[in-house]
Amino acid sequence: MSYPNDRKYTESHEWVQVQGNVATMGITQFAADELTDITYVDLPAIGTAVSAGSPCGEIESVKATSEFLSAVDGKVTAVNTELADHPEWVNQDAYGKGWMVRVELGSAGVPANLMDAEAYTRHVSA
Amino acid sequence: MKKSPLHDIHTRLGAKMVEFAGWNMPVMYRSIIEEHVHTRTKCSVFDVSHMGRLRVRGDDAFDLLQRLCTRNLDGMEPGVCRYSHMCKEDGGILDDLIVSRYEDDWGIVCNASNRDKIVAWIRSQIGRQRVELVDETLETAMVALQGPLAMELAKAMIPIDLSGVKRYRFTSGVYMFTRYTIFRSGYTGEDGYEVVVPVGVVKLLASQLFGEGPDATIRPAGLGARDTLRLEAGMPLYGHELGEDIDSVSAGQAWCVDLEKDFVGAEAMRRAQSAGRARTLVGLELEGRRTARQHFAVLHGGQRVGEVTSGCLSPTLGKSIAMALIAPEHAESGTELGVDFGGRPNPARVVKLPFYKRAK
Repeated sequence: MSYPNDRKYTESHEWVQVQGNVATMGITQFAADELTDITYVDLPAIGTAVSAGSPCGEIESVKATSEFLSAVDGKVTAVNTELADHPEWVNQDAYGKGWMVRVELGSAGVPANLMDAEAYTRHVSA
Repeated sequence: MKKSPLHDIHTRLGAKMVEFAGWNMPVMYRSIIEEHVHTRTKCSVFDVSHMGRLRVRGDDAFDLLQRLCTRNLDGMEPGVCRYSHMCKEDGGILDDLIVSRYEDDWGIVCNASNRDKIVAWIRSQIGRQRVELVDETLETAMVALQGPLAMELAKAMIPIDLSGVKRYRFTSGVYMFTRYTIFRSGYTGEDGYEVVVPVGVVKLLASQLFGEGPDATIRPAGLGARDTLRLEAGMPLYGHELGEDIDSVSAGQAWCVDLEKDFVGAEAMRRAQSAGRARTLVGLELEGRRTARQHFAVLHGGQRVGEVTSGCLSPTLGKSIAMALIAPEHAESGTELGVDFGGRPNPARVVKLPFYKRAK
């Protein structure tokens, strides 16, 4: 499995793509495959303050329920409301239509401990 | 970890493999939901080689099994199988299993997770009776063909006359030097067969059954779909609806218990029956699309009245469904209850089991 180079990754299998001071987040294909068919995504309300490493949503699959951790500090500006009717998009297109949360970055910016695609590839194959 | 004799086929098909009861087994090949739907509409093949396969022989085999099984085995003709529980003295369920009457001996198919326990339990109960127990699990393999097209496809592919094999019957024999048993049973709520053959020939059989490509009529399905299929069909799963801490009557499975006969656990179950059951098994339909998981509390007016044993978003009904063990006074169909999702109650309604019944 290969991971896009245009974004960063967390140890807990989220991806984050930063453009200016806006970060878009979702979960990696590895995480989506591990969870199996995703049936429900519970996302935060717009305006919610989120912090790096803390839960900001829940993902339910046929096999399990797991938390979705924010990769950055900031404030939620948008969520992917279409996932309510199409949770399977997370399995089918984890880096595109399966995005989950958009956040306006806080003053701390992007955490330094995020991994690039190469480091994340090593992380999941370890 | 034990590997199924079909392990290579699963990995070649790109299955996601997981550990299950000490076995490395496929949980899914493509998508659990897709495999579920394929089973309901066409035909799926499942590798269930991890399940325990035992034979019980000897002059006293019937007497021993009749004393250990909750179900009455009296009058079983060769070629008949029955679902039963085996319980401890206190009624706690050791396992749920299928007992089969062969010409000269008896067969048992039990859960993989309970195989060692059941083998030890039966051996400990033999005493001076003339009984020999043989565990054939590792020398054999088991494949289930399930779905509305299973009957017709099996008849075309398997060179053995299956026309007389009705539900919960089986046929066994030797074909081309190969010993086989074909049961008309399953764990999906669909009609179908479960085939037991020696390890040495199962790959040959599987090469015909494990279809590839999206247009194949028979497609492989994993343990993930097996779980959602059995849940829709209202079938209990050991470790969820059944366990050593509950007796068969309280677990809502009185239909497989004959309190008129003597068996290990009968006394405790008669007491449970006359004292009124503490818990009963119900179906729940939840509002919304969230999935209730095992051990989530079931609420009535804010009070805990039981707990969820299994739940899923039903692929067939498109609704969130669950089974739960609850206090009998809240078990009537239509009763409005709640399920506790970490402090957030989600409305749920008691419904009749099963959630899904196939068209006959």
